[in-house]
This record gives sequence, C-alpha cells and structure tokens, in this order.
Amino acid sequence: MHEIAPQYSAALNYRKGRKWPDISFKYLAMVGALMIVLLIVLVGYELYRSSSLSVHQFGFSFVKNLAWDPAADIYGALPFIYGTLVSSLLALLIAIPLGVAAALFLTEVAPLSIRQPIITIIELLASVPSVIYGLWGIFVLIPWMRDSFYPFLKSTFGFLPLFKGPIYGVSMLSGGIVIAIMILPIVTSFSREVLRAVPDLQREAAYALGATHWEVIRIAVLSYAKRGLFGAGVLGLGRALGETMAVTMVIGNSPVISASLFAPGYTLASVIANEFAEATTDLYMSSLFELGLVLLVITLIVNAIAQLMLRQLTNGASAKN
Amino acid sequence: MNNLYSNVVHFRPSERQQKLRRWKSYFVKLALGCATILVVTPLFLVLYFLAKEGASSLTVDFFTQLPKPSGEIGGGMANAIVGSITLLALASSIGIPLGILGGVYLAEYGNETVNYWIRLCADILNGVPSIVWGMVVYAILVIPFKAFSAYAGGLALGLIMIPLIMRTTEEVILLVPQSYREAGLALGIARWKIISSIVLRTALKGIVTGVLVAIARVSGETAPLIFTAFGNSFWNHSLAQPIAALPLQIYTYAISPYEDLHHQAWAGALVLMLLILGINIIVRFISRNKSTT
Repeated sequence: MHEIAPQYSAALNYRKGRKWPDISFKYLAMVGALMIVLLIVLVGYELYRSSSLSVHQFGFSFVKNLAWDPAADIYGALPFIYGTLVSSLLALLIAIPLGVAAALFLTEVAPLSIRQPIITIIELLASVPSVIYGLWGIFVLIPWMRDSFYPFLKSTFGFLPLFKGPIYGVSMLSGGIVIAIMILPIVTSFSREVLRAVPDLQREAAYALGATHWEVIRIAVLSYAKRGLFGAGVLGLGRALGETMAVTMVIGNSPVISASLFAPGYTLASVIANEFAEATTDLYMSSLFELGLVLLVITLIVNAIAQLMLRQLTNGASAKN
Repeated sequence: MNNLYSNVVHFRPSERQQKLRRWKSYFVKLALGCATILVVTPLFLVLYFLAKEGASSLTVDFFTQLPKPSGEIGGGMANAIVGSITLLALASSIGIPLGILGGVYLAEYGNETVNYWIRLCADILNGVPSIVWGMVVYAILVIPFKAFSAYAGGLALGLIMIPLIMRTTEEVILLVPQSYREAGLALGIARWKIISSIVLRTALKGIVTGVLVAIARVSGETAPLIFTAFGNSFWNHSLAQPIAALPLQIYTYAISPYEDLHHQAWAGALVLMLLILGINIIVRFISRNKSTT
C-alpha cells in the first residue's frame, strides 16, 4: 500500500548510511568522559600497586613510626604527616580570616568601581606558580621574617612553647605563611561565591530593623553563609595539603616533630619531591609511593567533603577551581 | 484609655549607644579593607622583586646559551625555554582533545546521574596534588622504559589539563542556545555535524579561553616534572630522553649555593611570569570581546 517512492527510499538509505559517523562520534566523546573515571582508578591503582612492598613490610605501623632512615631501610611517615597537617592548619589559620574578610569587603563594603580590579588582582595571584612563590620566599620573605618578624614574635610571645627555640628562618611557620599566601586567592574567591549566594532579602530585612552595616554583615550575611564559608575553608585545606614546591623551598626539610613553630619541618609532598629521584632500594621507593598514597587519601577525603558542601549550597552549580 | 500599651517598654538606645554602634561599623569596615589590602599585596611584592632582581640578569645569553657547568659564571636557559615549549606542546596534544571530548559528552550526551558522577570525578581530580600525578606517570612510563623522558613530562602535564579543560568546555557548550541545535536538526543535519560545526564553533571563544587557562596553569608546574622530565643541562635530541624545563631549572638554581645561579633563577622566574601574565591578558581580551558581542 504505502510504497515509498524510489527517490525517498534512496534518501532514507542515504540517511542510514550517514548514521555511523553519528554513533562513532558519540562513543568518541564518551571515551573522553570515561577517561576521567579511568584516571581516578589509574591514580589509585598505580599508587596502591607501587606501594604494596612497603605496605606488606611495615603494615599499619608505617603511619605511626617516627623514624625515616633510608640508610637502615626503616621508614615511618609520622613526621611528614605531622608536618603536612601542621603547616596546612597554620595556613588555614591565616588564610580563612583574611580570605573571608576580603570576600566580605568585596561583596558588602567596597564601592562597585573598585570591586572588579581587586577581583582581577586576586585571580592573577592565583596564577603565580608555586616555584616563583618559593623563590620569593627563599630570598625575600624568609630573610625579612628571620631578621625582624620572628625576633619580634619571640620577644613578645616567647613564653609560649610555640615560639621558643633558635630562629633559622626556614621553619614550619615560614611554610605555613607561604602556603597561606598561595591558598588565599582560592579561599577568597570561593567565599565570595558563597556570600553572593546570600539572598538580598536577608540584608534588606536587617537594614529594615535599623541595623548598621556591620550588624547586617554579622546577623544577616555571616550567619546565613556560615556553612558555605566552612566549605571554602575545607577546599583551601585540600589545596594546602598538596602544595609542594614553595613549601619544600621554605620549610627546612627536616623530619622532626617539635612544639616550636620556629623549628624546621617536612611535609609528605616535600619528601617525595626531594627523595623520589634518588631512591636507591625497592623498599625506599615503595615507601615513598606509600607516602604519596597517604597524601592522596587525605586530600581526596578533604576535597570530597568540600565539593559535597559547596554543591549542596550552590545547588549543583559547578564548584570550579 | 491607652492602658493597653502601658506595659510596653519602649526600647530606645541612648545617643551614646547609637554612636558606639556606628563607630563599630566604621571600624569593622576599615578592618575589612585593610585585610583586602593585605591579601593583594603579595602580588605586587612578587612582581616588584621579579622585575628588580630578574631584569638585570636578563641578557641575550640567557635566551641563547646552555647552562654552564656548576661553579662557572654565565650561561643561559635556552634549552629550558625550548624544553618548556616542547613539554607544553606534548601536554596539549593529550589534554586538549580528551578534555574537549569529555566536555562535549557531558554537555551534549549522557544522562543526569552519569554526568553527576563524572563531574564529581573531574572536580576531585582537579584537587589531586600535582606531585601525585608525577608519581603515577613515573610508575606507568618511567619504570617500564627505564628512562626519564620528555614524553613522561608531557603526559604528566597533559593528565593535569584534562579535567580542567573538560569542566570549562562543558560550561561554555551549555551556554549555546538550544535553538541553534534545533535549527540544525530541522535542516536534517547529522548530530555530530551540528555539534562540531555549529555548537563548537559558537562556543569556540570560551573553549579557547579554557584551554589557555589550563596551559597557563600547567606551564608553571614543577612538582610533576622532577621525576618525569627530570631536567637536562644540554639540548634534548630525542623525546625519549630527559628534557629541561623552565620551572624545574628555576627550582634547581634557587636551591643551589651559587650567587650567579640565583640571578639566573630570578631571570627565569621573570620570563615564566611574563609568559603566564601574557596568556592571562590574552584570555581577558578574548572574554571581554565575547561579553560585548
């Protein structure tokens, strides 16, 4: 009955013949997307495989062993885990108040005309490579802090164990300060996103009650944005934990645990950067891989928490880096 | 008559209290401003010292000479500059196609659940410390071939680029109006052609911006190169051999004990920073044009 006119069936065949590029294009794109999942598996698997020797040798004691002695083939991660956590927390202690304050200034206080230039400067700050911060840290920041800032801290707060002991310049505190400078842009820009998501109604309601500018910020903005700002801080922590070059250049690279912030320290990322290319025995190499695995696990957990918090807040909109 | 209101206490802050509140507000605003100044000063300090220390060591030799054996004065970073360009080209050839394809899949195909997980994976990968990428590439390329190589360095940087480019590509493709695609479908154009010649072309500026940002980001990466590209004091003659890179050279020189090498490190850092600033300016220029048209 419904015979297709020859010219149409030819057209249909032609269409059918053109289907395969469509399908192959789709699968090609899918390869790109699945690559991401594959990469996560690859990262985890490779680190796990390469560290198995050390995992079997030391077991759980690896993460609580204080000694790191390549000459005797004894490896423990505790000083590095300690150094990573302390330097990152120091950085957060500096970066969160400053970052949130700058974000508040940019969203609530600053005149519109100067907002964009400041935002541009902060974006440029984020683009300065780690190694340049490290270079600047070694030759500018550390000499200045060693000669003026640290002696001041020591003479003022010297009664605290945190600020006792000799001043070398390279120290846990220097590491923390340099990391703080490096994570400030990301903490500031995420805090700004969070503050911008606070509905204007909140602010207007507070103004209507006769609140001053600061009271509006405190009552209406900060209390509303608390959780999001926490998320921004956690994201900054994720960045801080993996910072490598600048920290390696200023922290002193000595695997000791000391109460004093003036004492040198060592982080997971720094020891990998310093010793990986020189690792002589298989166990040495494998232990370094296990340090990498520990670093990866810590950062993944911290990043996942941050992403989930920010996603909830911005309702699935991208939390881009 | 108005005993209805007689027990209402009228709260009226005194003149002094009002003044105190206003002063507190001014004070806090001032403090917020000072904090912002503190946040932006490092950029100016870093740029100032780069210009001051770096410019004096930027000579013709710096761009044309190989490094001198340690202890000798002079020499340059010609091989490191070429090495960095080589590594970035290798990284781009891996990162750009895969990143864009992934972004296309997220924006054009795929369903919501799959996309949610892929996006989460990409965002988590963006947070993986760059030194970990170096270790992974070491395990999959350097150990089997028993050699540090330009390929390994390029792969490490390329893997870092993939999730960065993927996320920006997806975002700009989603901005292309749906009606463009519908118009193409109505004309009977195949879907892959609609995507490649209508959607991607409309989003081209945004994609280029994303790619440039990713290149700027990895061009300063040092940690993943230490044990993949490894560095080299001579010209690299084969991509299967170790290769020098600008950030790597800066690092090695900065921690060396020689005064002359410190000057060269500053000069190298100035060149690297100018490259990154240059890319940033281009990006800003492109995206400004986009917003006006």
